[in-house]
Amino acid sequence: MYEWDFSILWNYRWLFLEGLGITIAFTAATVLGGLAVGMTAAFCLLSPFRILRATALAFIEVFRCTPVLVQLIWCYYALPMISGIEMTPVTASVLALSCYGGSFYAEIIRGGIVSIDRGQSEAAAALGMTPALAMRRIILPQALRRMLPALMNQSILQFKNTSLVSVLAVPDLVYQGQIAAHDSFRPLETYTAVAVSYFMILFPLTLLVRHLERRLGKSE
Amino acid sequence: MSARTPKIEIKGLRKSFGSLEVLKDINLHVDPGSVVALLGPSGSGKSTLLRCINLLVVPDGGSIRVGERTFEFRESEKLPRARVLAEFRSRTGMVFQNFNLFPHMTVLDNVIEAPIHVKGLDRKTAIEKGMEQLERVGLADRASQMPDTLSGGQKQRVAIARALAMEPEVMLFDEATSALDPELVGEVLQAMQKLAAEGMTMVVVTHEIAFARDVADRVVFMRDGYVVEEGPAREVIDTPKMEATQAFLSHFHKGAQQRTA
Repeated sequence: MYEWDFSILWNYRWLFLEGLGITIAFTAATVLGGLAVGMTAAFCLLSPFRILRATALAFIEVFRCTPVLVQLIWCYYALPMISGIEMTPVTASVLALSCYGGSFYAEIIRGGIVSIDRGQSEAAAALGMTPALAMRRIILPQALRRMLPALMNQSILQFKNTSLVSVLAVPDLVYQGQIAAHDSFRPLETYTAVAVSYFMILFPLTLLVRHLERRLGKSE
Repeated sequence: MSARTPKIEIKGLRKSFGSLEVLKDINLHVDPGSVVALLGPSGSGKSTLLRCINLLVVPDGGSIRVGERTFEFRESEKLPRARVLAEFRSRTGMVFQNFNLFPHMTVLDNVIEAPIHVKGLDRKTAIEKGMEQLERVGLADRASQMPDTLSGGQKQRVAIARALAMEPEVMLFDEATSALDPELVGEVLQAMQKLAAEGMTMVVVTHEIAFARDVADRVVFMRDGYVVEEGPAREVIDTPKMEATQAFLSHFHKGAQQRTA
């Protein structure tokens, strides 16, 4: 029978906190990066120009139909060979995760925009707004409200996906957990602690998303 | 421009959606300060014609002049640029069947949105003018409410105020009362009638024959993409010459007979 001893974890508290900080920073960076990528791809999908639509669609499918772990490794090892640009593990990770997240955000954003009644853009156009102004002032504010739960769900996945950057030796929560596990010979306790840390952050967030969904559902 | 020159002049207008020809050689002029009602069965092209006047629908051929701005259309030619279109549309007001108020803004914000962001008015002036327009339709006390707290009739009056806030040269009404409960139709027609009395140039697509007869100066009757008959409102409605017009108006006249009997 295995004897659990969580008290050893206290020695690694700074390591864990540091890892958690990096995980959160990575999430923030890749959510923002992903939204930028997703917004760009969504507008390309809605563009009247076929070439933009095709490019965006190809981009999205490539990132949706390959495992994110493979993308991370590919961005770190293969991309520098092709592009000639040296990558640090951090840039490769941010790039891969932003593109991966962005390909899912893109579909959410596109769906949100087209769900807004045509009458809204007609009314805006009739008042003399250019399509760009109508998008910014009339369509997007309404669409974003509608997309919010789905965007948050995707961001929660994004938070979890950051755990994969440990394969590139980025010292996130999982990577620091590995170090602690090797150092203490207590992998079961350390990985339990790592799992609990993720859960404690993500569970309240999923509750918030559910609350938002209910509230939005009611007001429409 | 002399008072004789029409405010709106449409020549040889054509529009197809795919293989369906919706407008076939339409000619129409609207004098300054006059009200023209477009009547006809659904699918006759009257809404499409109205939407061509502010280029929400871009015609395939013909020309449109509103005020001093003329657009010519040929099939080979590209659309006017977005900015040119927007500038042109800012001088025509349109009221839609489904109101199309912006649901994420208060009533007042709906009204001042375009004056601020299209015309570049400062907020204070825009609010002053916006409140004037809301007073004009009797809804100044609802300025801070959200649109979904209003009745259909109130929503449509806000939509009218929103269009008027851009100080348009002409107002276009696309079945403005068709989506309303019967008891709410009156307040919207009243607002339109007031506007007509104040000298606004108006083109009105409507199913309210009595309203067209009382308020419009001229009536244009359309069927299958053609103008079948046009003339002074009372003349066309009371003594239609064409068979199609007679058939369309027979319901209305039967109702009138019953009402007087």
